[in-house]
Amino acid sequence: MSEPVAVKLTAKDFKSDQEVRWCPGCGDYAILAAIQQFMPELNIPRERTVFVSGIGCSSRFPYYMNTYGMHSIHGRAPAIATGLSVSRPDLSVWVVTGDGDALSIGGNHLIHALRRNVNLKILLFNNRIYGLTKGQYSPTSEVGKITKSTPAGSADAPFNPLSLALGAEASFVGRTIDSDRKHLQSVLRAAAEHEGSAFVEIYQNCNIFNDGAFEQLKDPSTRDDYLIRLEHGQPITFGADGRFCVVHPPGGFGLEVRDTSSVRPEEIVVHDATVTDPAYAFALSRLPGLDLRNTPIGVFRSVDRPSYDSVVQGQLAAAKAKVTETPEQQLAGLLGSGDTWTII
Amino acid sequence: MTKQIRQLDRVVIRFAGDSGDGMQLTGDRFTSETAQLGNDISTLPNFPAEIRAPAGTLPGVSSFQVHFADYDILTPGDAPNVLVAMNPAALKANLADLPRGADIIVNTDEFTKRNLAKVGYQTSPLDDDSLAGYVVHPVALTSMTVGALAAHQVSKKDAERSKNMFALGLLSWMYSRPFESTLRFLERKFAARPELVAANVAAFKAGWNFGETTEDFAVRYEVKPAKMQPGTYRNITGNAALSLGLVAAGVRSGLPVFLGAYPITPASDILHELSKHKRFGVLTVQAEDEIAAVGAALGASYGGSLGVTTTSGPGVALKSETISLAVALELPLVIVDVQRAGPSTGMPTKTEQADLNMALYGRHGEAPVAVIAPRSPSDCFFAALEAARIALTYRTPVILLSDNYVANGSEPWLLPDVESLPDLRVEFATKPNGEDGTTFLPYLRDPETLARPWAIPGTAGLEHRIGGLEKADKTGDISYDPANHDFMVRTRAARIETIPVPDIEVEDPDGDARVLVLGWGSTYGPIGAACRGVRQRGLSIAQAHLRHLAPMPANLGEVLRSYDKVVIPEMNLGQLAHVIRARYLVDAISYNQVRGLPFTAAELETTLEEVLKNV
Repeated sequence: MSEPVAVKLTAKDFKSDQEVRWCPGCGDYAILAAIQQFMPELNIPRERTVFVSGIGCSSRFPYYMNTYGMHSIHGRAPAIATGLSVSRPDLSVWVVTGDGDALSIGGNHLIHALRRNVNLKILLFNNRIYGLTKGQYSPTSEVGKITKSTPAGSADAPFNPLSLALGAEASFVGRTIDSDRKHLQSVLRAAAEHEGSAFVEIYQNCNIFNDGAFEQLKDPSTRDDYLIRLEHGQPITFGADGRFCVVHPPGGFGLEVRDTSSVRPEEIVVHDATVTDPAYAFALSRLPGLDLRNTPIGVFRSVDRPSYDSVVQGQLAAAKAKVTETPEQQLAGLLGSGDTWTII
Repeated sequence: MTKQIRQLDRVVIRFAGDSGDGMQLTGDRFTSETAQLGNDISTLPNFPAEIRAPAGTLPGVSSFQVHFADYDILTPGDAPNVLVAMNPAALKANLADLPRGADIIVNTDEFTKRNLAKVGYQTSPLDDDSLAGYVVHPVALTSMTVGALAAHQVSKKDAERSKNMFALGLLSWMYSRPFESTLRFLERKFAARPELVAANVAAFKAGWNFGETTEDFAVRYEVKPAKMQPGTYRNITGNAALSLGLVAAGVRSGLPVFLGAYPITPASDILHELSKHKRFGVLTVQAEDEIAAVGAALGASYGGSLGVTTTSGPGVALKSETISLAVALELPLVIVDVQRAGPSTGMPTKTEQADLNMALYGRHGEAPVAVIAPRSPSDCFFAALEAARIALTYRTPVILLSDNYVANGSEPWLLPDVESLPDLRVEFATKPNGEDGTTFLPYLRDPETLARPWAIPGTAGLEHRIGGLEKADKTGDISYDPANHDFMVRTRAARIETIPVPDIEVEDPDGDARVLVLGWGSTYGPIGAACRGVRQRGLSIAQAHLRHLAPMPANLGEVLRSYDKVVIPEMNLGQLAHVIRARYLVDAISYNQVRGLPFTAAELETTLEEVLKNV
């Protein structure tokens, strides 16, 4: 655990020698390239960066990063990463997961990592399908989706990953898209700077089993009218010339989209990711309809809360600060504590 | 009045009452006083899973048995010489275990019509002839306690609750116990409420003085100190010893201990204990579930901690997939299974040894791990160190099979010299190990231990990826090569099979035994006591006890084959016997009991004598 050495790294330094084996055209390639290009910005030595993943297409990610990495078991990456992060606060620990891995088999670990505020950067690649097992519906698939396991259409309602994360007390929640490298990097940058859990949903295209799932958000002819690009401190407007906006109607519980021309400027909500009450970010997370209209991307929420790691390490440090003996002396004292008796 | 003092060599006392009567505490204090006197001791707590079962009912009875002697003893005793029954339920639940002539001290205040009816007594057993074969001492424990505390500033409820201290005082007088440690204990326990210290001390003294003055107790007993090895002792339960063993493993390895745990009976005490030792750098995480608990421990091991998870059988089942991952990753991991009666929730506060098959085989794929089992409460300390030694040296998961009997039972422990404990220091990888001097091969093995390098994150130049996918030998790259998989599966098996473990030792004082009793884990005491009994009758019998269940001692086959008969008593339906028959082709006799209680020495003795008759 040597001290970090200031060496200027490049994207190439973060590429491992392993052949990347996602399907040609998979959205994961774009995310990998964006992250490899972005990592040098953080000025964290490669040896202090760890990617932990579960199982699924996205979970192959660590093999392709020339950092430390562990490809673990289905759904458990947040739990494994929790043990690593809390015991090694000097590391930058990233979790790469998918919609099935994080929200189905690993749902419990995800919500508990978020409520604890473990210092993890959790990247959820959401393609709304099980890809590695060849095309079953996932917990983010739309109701009625026809897949191999739901020939009559899926019957269960999907999770909204951001709503779930917010309900789990997440201190940082963001969303971005695989195809928009600049935006993706900007959200990751904010996530990396956040102390505590940072949860980032990345819309990712599976061109084999669910191609075009987010097409309206990518197609130049529709995306501007569909996407709401959140910017801290800015009024929330979108569409050509900002023709749509987000307002908080009096008497209502949530946020709604209006024609900008129909409201007074002061009625337009100014985005503030630091609002303590999660209800605001939650309302943002509920804006998109089934057709993906009104999909906010960017940082929904970023609030200060002590990380689990810092609290736990603080307790250890406080206990150790009182120690004046060697570990062996301490141990001898501990073994001989309580009622003892001596036989001569 | 001068009382007669009678010398005894051993006594078994059982304190029994309602779950809320404080019987565990009473037994614990009596044990501590007895330890101070220098007797050898063995204890057996027995309590329901319900925290407060309905008052006065049979399922709500909680008991604590203590066996003490002027010689070395191996078990908490088969049958109590004295029963302290705090209510009719406690009497009814325990009477069948008492030999005729035993002393019964009853709290007459609780023998009300209502309480008698609750447990199905038509008439009070104190008034009819049903207890004629016993020496009954009726004592109005509650009312005398309340009377003794009349001048104290405590509520009636608090006064009544002190009745266990009255009982403890009486028993301490009866058996001439030194009581200073109890007075000190009360001062510590109620430090925040001095009026309760005074009340409890007064109740204790009232009990003591009652013994001294009443004519009902004509005899006072003494049990002289046992001849024990010189040194400093403390009385310790298995769970406490195991916790200290893990702390010691951290000190002796120089690594931080990381415990990931989820609350489960009867293992939670280890989490409680380890969470107190932060000054040793011990980090505890109470995880969201059993899977997260082992996952976090494995993550910490990956980062250079000694990763530990503690649980009971149902928890091991949940952790199984992660243990297999640890097998594939070849990282150190200690899994403590404090076994309880199963399947499913079973009887969570009762003992059993039925997780051996799960420990040996309960994983997908060929996923061998090391398995060890402590033989007594204090042995849990050394077993924990041994588990850590194997895990760290051979970079493997190790399952430590404790059970409820050793976990909650206690015995005197001769404190070890810290410097004499094994040196567990390990070396992390610091530089590339490839022939070219720049490549790092995460699966290049140490030829002696077959362990791979432990290269922890933060080490520059050794960045590498590991995972659950099959890895190519040496490079650790993903590999689907058939020959490589065959090689890796065999290597993982060899890694465990070639761990050097001490030869099994046979105890055969006569030297001519033709029957060997083989046990493992917590049955050591009862088997040892039974063998003593057999030998006292002039018969020869040999005893051997397994600590390492995977791998097994190299000389085991030879030892087994040198006897005409091998008997394997287990608190399961023959799991070790099955392994022994399969591995060594020895026609072992399997003797089983699954009653949630340890074997009694007497029943084992009878079984062994039957076998001896037919040799």
